[in-house]
Amino acid sequence: MSEMHPLALYVPLAPLAGALVAGFFGRAIGRAGAHWVTSLGVAVSLLLSWFIFQDVDGGKIYNAAVYTWASSGGISFQVGFLIDKLTVTMMLVVNFVSLMVHIYTIGYMAHDEDNWPADSLAGRNSYQRFFAYISLFTFSMLMLVMSNNFLQLFFGWEAVGLVSYLLIGFWSNRPTAIYANLKAFLVNRVGDFGFLLGIGLIAAYCGSLSYSDVFALSQKLASTHIELIPGSPWLLVSVVCICLFIGAMGKSAQFPLHVWLPDSMEGPTPISALIHAATMVTAGIFMVSRMSPLFELSDAALSFVIVIGAITAFFMALIAIVQTDIKRVVAYSTLSQLGYMTTALGASAYSAAMFHLATHAFFKAVLFLGAGSVIIAMHHEQDMRRMGGLRKYMPITYLTVLIGALANAGFPPFAGFFSKDSIIEAVHHSTTAGAGFAYALILAGVFVGGFYSFRLVFFAFHGKERFREPSHDAHGHDAHGHDAPHGHHGPVTPHESPWVVTVPLILLAIPSVIAGWAMIGPALFGNYFGGAIFIAPEHPAIAKMAADFHGAMGMVLHGLMTLPFWLALAGAATAWYLYIVRPDLPAVIKDKSGVLARILEEKYGFDRFNDWFFAGGARLLGRGLWKGGDQTLIDGLVVNGSAKVVGWIASIVRLFQSGYIYQYAFSMIIGVFVLLTLWMNRA
Amino acid sequence: MSGLPLLSLAIWLPVIGGLLVLATGADRNAGLARPLALAVAVAGFLVTLPLYAGFDTQTSAMQFVEMRDWIPRFNIHYHLGVDGISVLFILLNSFITPLVVLAGWKVIEDKVAQYMAAFLVMSGIMNGIFAALDAVLFYVFFEVSLIPMYIIIGAWGGPNRVYAAFKFFLYTLLGSLLMLIALIYLFFQSGFSFSLLDWHELKITLTAQTWLFLAFLVAFAVKVPMWPVHTWLPDAHVEAPTGGSVVLAAIMLKLGAYGFLRFSLPIAPDASRELAWLMIALSLIAVVYIGFVALVQTDMKKLIAYSSISHMGFVTLGFFIFNPLGVEGALVQMISHGFVSGAMFLCVGVLYDRMHSRQIADYGGVVNTMPKFAAFFMLFAMANAGLPATSGFVGEFMVILGAVKYNFWIGFAAATTLILGAAYTLWMVKRVVFGAVASPHVAELSDIDAREFAILGALALSVMAMGLYPFPFTEVMHASVDNLLRHVAVPKL
Repeated sequence: MSEMHPLALYVPLAPLAGALVAGFFGRAIGRAGAHWVTSLGVAVSLLLSWFIFQDVDGGKIYNAAVYTWASSGGISFQVGFLIDKLTVTMMLVVNFVSLMVHIYTIGYMAHDEDNWPADSLAGRNSYQRFFAYISLFTFSMLMLVMSNNFLQLFFGWEAVGLVSYLLIGFWSNRPTAIYANLKAFLVNRVGDFGFLLGIGLIAAYCGSLSYSDVFALSQKLASTHIELIPGSPWLLVSVVCICLFIGAMGKSAQFPLHVWLPDSMEGPTPISALIHAATMVTAGIFMVSRMSPLFELSDAALSFVIVIGAITAFFMALIAIVQTDIKRVVAYSTLSQLGYMTTALGASAYSAAMFHLATHAFFKAVLFLGAGSVIIAMHHEQDMRRMGGLRKYMPITYLTVLIGALANAGFPPFAGFFSKDSIIEAVHHSTTAGAGFAYALILAGVFVGGFYSFRLVFFAFHGKERFREPSHDAHGHDAHGHDAPHGHHGPVTPHESPWVVTVPLILLAIPSVIAGWAMIGPALFGNYFGGAIFIAPEHPAIAKMAADFHGAMGMVLHGLMTLPFWLALAGAATAWYLYIVRPDLPAVIKDKSGVLARILEEKYGFDRFNDWFFAGGARLLGRGLWKGGDQTLIDGLVVNGSAKVVGWIASIVRLFQSGYIYQYAFSMIIGVFVLLTLWMNRA
Repeated sequence: MSGLPLLSLAIWLPVIGGLLVLATGADRNAGLARPLALAVAVAGFLVTLPLYAGFDTQTSAMQFVEMRDWIPRFNIHYHLGVDGISVLFILLNSFITPLVVLAGWKVIEDKVAQYMAAFLVMSGIMNGIFAALDAVLFYVFFEVSLIPMYIIIGAWGGPNRVYAAFKFFLYTLLGSLLMLIALIYLFFQSGFSFSLLDWHELKITLTAQTWLFLAFLVAFAVKVPMWPVHTWLPDAHVEAPTGGSVVLAAIMLKLGAYGFLRFSLPIAPDASRELAWLMIALSLIAVVYIGFVALVQTDMKKLIAYSSISHMGFVTLGFFIFNPLGVEGALVQMISHGFVSGAMFLCVGVLYDRMHSRQIADYGGVVNTMPKFAAFFMLFAMANAGLPATSGFVGEFMVILGAVKYNFWIGFAAATTLILGAAYTLWMVKRVVFGAVASPHVAELSDIDAREFAILGALALSVMAMGLYPFPFTEVMHASVDNLLRHVAVPKL
């Protein structure tokens, strides 16, 4: 057990080395140097992960410390790696998507200097800096997933948050970007607040932060009660799990901490794909799966998880249908899919959640990178109302996005079908309280998912070519900096993106087609994850599904006859009708639906409320305490009051003083010593 | 311990060196005063290194002890020694001094020798506070340390310096008068001893302990500063020159907190336990209340000053939850705060030297003209917000863990700093560093030069090293902290 894989350390260190070189020596090595060194680092890491996968697939588990970070109160805080199937899966997904994004970025950021004012020094090496950041992100994410303890988990957790902050605000001259990154960091901190309290409880009751020690003591946590509110004892394990899950709600953008993710689209599109779709936002899902030995012991926590997940899955999907910004549609779709994963966790179907995490990483990266490809072609236009008919001009982007949409909507035999259907089926079988509610919501979400996915495809790639019409509304978001030349606003003819953009799209589209088919058998029912995931016997969802499972082909055939398929199809058909057959209808419906459309466009009013209540309230409180407490009460009444008395005395004493204060204050220092010694020793 | 009297060297080398610098006289000799001051400061740091290298982590006993008669008539000794609680502060203090000398290298053009001398003398005196084991010696150092700081604020400070210096002096002097009474009381109670180590073993009734505790509390709470005796700090910082703010935040604030560990807890352990609720309450008010106040500050120095008070709330909280995680976390937090707050004030100094404004509203888009500076500022801001892998995380993490163990809701209240600290720090960063270039002045800013790079780089390395590998710091503390906590747990009525 306690053995270190000889290659393990180099998996995170390779991208870190790339990040450091590109970050500190960016100017010296130039742009090509930066993208080569960082891409190479990630490629090495991917290759090593593959070798480690071979060993882990052979049944080995590696768990060992690298160094002792600190020790206190009998707890030894360590940095170390636990590599089992769960870890190695994440390592492969993270590194693969990251490598694709590195390559894609070469094309996407090629003209980044246009996004900066000409005289900005920060814009001079922004290209190199961007590569340093995404490699640093890869390092942080790997440290997170490879951790064998809660301390390092929290390290990685906050480190990915930091890089996300830096990248959302990458174009720091845009007010919207630096608003969005601050918001993202603070909302995540709210989650981390709960997360840290959970870790604190674990440290207090287990005396260790190492996973293996804590899991060994899980029964103790499940038999201890604490009274947070006197008179109402709670199971300790429930409190711990809910605290930890609050962390996951921040990072994985679950309702009501989801508000930062849509705004994070202010960042350059490659990081929307890497960080805010494929990897970082799934950290919460991964964490809960990792903690399955704890979550399984708390029915309360599982119910909480399933309800939050289902609310996110359905209500965030609804917002996607009114968005006109192509990236925001994908962003809300991501929120909804994360909700599906969370719902699966609540149903004790951790493997289904992880499975969906993996397939989603591929097809959502395709959708984001495809959206990015469109945005480049449209000269940084993101509004779908100004697109249309793009499929003729960008066939590769169109096809890959279509594959992404089919997978996202859950059509067989695309990857998303297998993972999403497994989740729906698991929730159907789940005995967790709230599973019925969740089942209804995620079923309804399938229709919405089919609709918004194909609304995107039809709106942007089919129908009338609207990009030749003169612009009459505000410029898109993913636009140039303020001082950049806005030379090309006339009619544009979009064209297919260069190969550095299309090749990653194709490479990500392939697993979006086949990953589900290939992986479902082992991943869900073949005990692929082995001991990494624990499911209590009283939570039978996955076991029941395994009994019904007769191979991927059987699942596809069966899937064609079940409700989710027809719901998704109905959703797609509705989109076809509204955006191809009767493109005049959406506006009419919007007018007729009045309040409902307004609620969706206002995103249920969360942003408004948070701005008013939390941001405004905190400033109001701060000003009140400062002016009222510090200045009026303490200083005004007490301090200056006594100062007046002293001042009066001093006005008399002042008669004896004059001249240079520093000169004779120095003599005071010496004088004090000399006098004390002489005077007191005189006897 | 044989060999050189290291602690005496740590105290007197900077003091005497400072007097030598002073002797260079008028500003026409500033070209001599500056390098001499730097040489003294560096030497002062080098002589403290053997204190760490030769430190025995296995014992809680005082090390590098020096004991001479000073005033035999009153049984007063020149008694020095360090344990795992104090040794790191001497190192921190001696590390900060050369940086402060460097920071004032160009900006201070008026009374250069006096300026440099004041910092060197103050550095030696503060080492004396951390090393003194005789109460009178401690008291003298403690009081005398006020004078150079008073001068620094009064002579090189901003427009309101007289009010600020006076407020600073008054607040702290009033506090320490009560301490003097407590010391005299203990002198008589202990059968005419001023030895701190004797006092630690002294049996005292709970009532007397309570009075002693309160007397020490007033003296130390002002220094920390704890809510509600904190209002001198923002004023002092705003008026102080950059170097003064750095020393004030990095070292001076630690004197009060150190006093709790050296006096309050071991001399009045029963009263400490009885009044822990009060200390915890005041600490949490500092963390939460001050966190909100910091949020709305418009002056960068004030914002960082309030942030200091909030962070020091973590220190006092850690002390009074009486578990090793809390106390060691608090000590780590003190060291880290020395690096981070010092660095933050230096960063503001860098901006102030160029723009002569500390108002957040005057800045914006600094990253466009000062990218190197912006990277440092970002790092220190993240450390201030307690981001893992920086030193700012370590202490906060340990104290929060200790607090949750003590009581969930106390941990809950303390952990709000995760949100508040990030909010006030990063909101400032957003308005100062990011955004479009806000004014022609910002457009003309020049990035940091080699000297500034060296100062900020040294602190950045410290912040990162301590965040990535705090083990060498916690290792030094264990024996002494364990001993202290055992001592506090035993009633001595």
